[in-house]
Amino acid sequence: MNEMVRNTALFGLVAALIVLTGVMQSWNNALLILNMGLISAIMSLGVNLQWGFAGLFNVGIMGFVALGGLATVLVSMPPTYDAWSAGGVRVLAGLLTGAGVIVAAALVRARMAPSRRRALAIVVILVGGFFLYRWVFDPAVAAIEAVNPAGTGYLGGLNVCVDVEGKPCGWVILLAWPVGGILAAGAAWIIGKAALGLRSDYLAIATLGIAEIILAVLKNEDWLNRGVKNVSGLPRPVPYEVDLQADPGFVERAAGLGLDPATASGLYIKLAYAGLFAMVLIFILLLAQLALASPWGRMMRAIRDNEVAAEAMGKDVTRRHLQIFILGSAVCGIAGAMMTTLDGQFIPTSYQPLRYTFLIWVMVIVGGSGNNFGAVLGGFLIWFLWVQVEPIGLWLLQMATMPLAEGSALKAHLLESAAHMRLLTMGLILLLVLRFSPRGLIPER
Amino acid sequence: MADLLNALVTLANFVLIPAVAYGSQLALGALGVTLIYGILRFSNFAHGDTMAFGTMVTILFTWWFQSMGLSLGPLPTALTALPFGILVCMALLLLTDRAVYRFYREQKAKPVIPVIVSIGVMFVLNGLVRFTIGPGEQRFADGERFIITARDFRDWSGLEEGLALKTTQGITVVTAVIVVAALFWFLNRTRTGKSMRAYSDNEDLALLSGINPDRVVMVTWLIVAALATIAGVLYGLDKSFKPFTYFQLLLPIFASAIVGGLGSPLGAIAGGFIIAFSEVMITYAWKKVLGYLMPAGLEPDGLVQLLSTDYKFAVSFVILLIVLLFRPTGLFRGKAV
Repeated sequence: MNEMVRNTALFGLVAALIVLTGVMQSWNNALLILNMGLISAIMSLGVNLQWGFAGLFNVGIMGFVALGGLATVLVSMPPTYDAWSAGGVRVLAGLLTGAGVIVAAALVRARMAPSRRRALAIVVILVGGFFLYRWVFDPAVAAIEAVNPAGTGYLGGLNVCVDVEGKPCGWVILLAWPVGGILAAGAAWIIGKAALGLRSDYLAIATLGIAEIILAVLKNEDWLNRGVKNVSGLPRPVPYEVDLQADPGFVERAAGLGLDPATASGLYIKLAYAGLFAMVLIFILLLAQLALASPWGRMMRAIRDNEVAAEAMGKDVTRRHLQIFILGSAVCGIAGAMMTTLDGQFIPTSYQPLRYTFLIWVMVIVGGSGNNFGAVLGGFLIWFLWVQVEPIGLWLLQMATMPLAEGSALKAHLLESAAHMRLLTMGLILLLVLRFSPRGLIPER
Repeated sequence: MADLLNALVTLANFVLIPAVAYGSQLALGALGVTLIYGILRFSNFAHGDTMAFGTMVTILFTWWFQSMGLSLGPLPTALTALPFGILVCMALLLLTDRAVYRFYREQKAKPVIPVIVSIGVMFVLNGLVRFTIGPGEQRFADGERFIITARDFRDWSGLEEGLALKTTQGITVVTAVIVVAALFWFLNRTRTGKSMRAYSDNEDLALLSGINPDRVVMVTWLIVAALATIAGVLYGLDKSFKPFTYFQLLLPIFASAIVGGLGSPLGAIAGGFIIAFSEVMITYAWKKVLGYLMPAGLEPDGLVQLLSTDYKFAVSFVILLIVLLFRPTGLFRGKAV
């Protein structure tokens, strides 16, 4: 029972911190922290599946999160019909050609006996196929990107639903959440096939690589998501602030609560998001808890603790690892789609490994790897600290540099560098927790 | 004939020389990664930021020397600052080993734990570098810019195409050859070097024969600090110094070490050049070279660039995937499976 009390107290503490933000700063800030905390908690649940259940080390979370973001663009934006007629079919044909070439090469490898001739055939197929693919693909891309480059210049999404005002339907973006999970799962399958079953370091390096590649694709393939020109104005599953403020009923209720319409509409929308996110979090948490307690979860932990023994018991370790790696990445993809939904825009350059990979790791390790509640707690707590450390760091530095003369170069440099304190703090937290409390705040049972 | 020569000169100017210089830098970086893997048995994710740290210290010393009016004439001042950069970097790595890694070594922690820990170290170093010198780009090369300029070459040879050889490229290759020769001499001829190899091949037997593990680990960190700083400074001189670029170098460096076979120094060098040449050749626009080589009327219209330069990391990644799928021990049969 003691453990129960302790865990409840920890969650209570985080809730109190968020409420304190609401009282001290503003409720708007508190709800912002709450919403991103909910998303962070889902991401760390995904990483906890991989690391806590199975001991797999994934440093490419950023890539999977970004794929989730891509899913929102592909699912929720209206299609650019001109771009589709300019080169839509040809782009798809190009992609199919590319896939066909890889399948052909794999078939040749599987069917022919190992020999020089086989190697030669594979090389010829790949090289020839590459030129064929570029020949089909390149003109289509040029045609699509030429269609209104300032406004669209990309194929757009698949959202053909239009509401009464002629805007794309908002609810469609909810479909992007599972689609984001599927995209991330696909990328995880490729990586897992190559790197699982080898030393654990290889998975780390391969995931680091795939994250960089996914980001490079998202920044450069303008026909797909406008690249660095960003996609903004994604449809929303919740109403718009302006519509609420124009609704007399809403204004009246807000006045009844003593709030002006602008603040009230902002809070209302953030609360609506929080409700949606909380439902997803509870659903995934429930599934993760059921998985942990099931025979499958026990098998995973047995594999994690002793691979050799598990293998001797007839468990296919590599296959199980692949399974849980894909599941965990899919959860990260879902969270990524939710985050882009909340932002309302997709900005490939905003994805930084520090923020989207390592911060999630800190959450899992601080919270308690192997324990789902620990991962959720870590998600909220570390996100809160992440948001609040910068002002605190700046304040500390201002205090520390007080004795220095106003306008001295050192003082200016120190204050300017305060932003980099985050890296240092996160690194130190990770090192200290790993060293002195490797089981985290809520340890695995 | 002139066409063929022109094509060769263009190729040398835009592909061979840059790839050799970049390959030497990658090889030096990969040697550091592979040594740590061989002796300490983990992939050091902090290596890119170690390079950045060593380079940063060297830059600070360079600025100081420049402000004192010190100069090497045609050579960059950074070369005089390099030994100081290496010393500070050595001190830092010994400190991190003492404060961080030693605990897990004594615990005999699972091999994945030091990898995670190295990520923590990477953060701290990254923060330290950005805090000290800022996240922006720094140029610190001075002295003569070119050994051969394109114009001199054209005047001398009478060809249409020029061949430029930057001083930094020359220095990179010469330094890399010296460093690699010294390293192999050390590993193969000296007593300490031999004990390092023995420890890497079989830890238990090495301990039984009386090799002092602490000494082996310490010497490894010292060598790695020197390699990382040299690689970082050469890269910074040749291109420019920016903390984030050094973090991104991690991927090609790991790819080089794995392609060659983790734990194999020879493999790291071969891997570095394989990655560098593939990266440069695949992202180079071949239009000019082909224009000289193809018969009149058949010249290509497009750039004939296989992949845009934005995807250069994809090249090392794809090579890495292929090696992992088909030959996970690497070309030179490294130790990891």
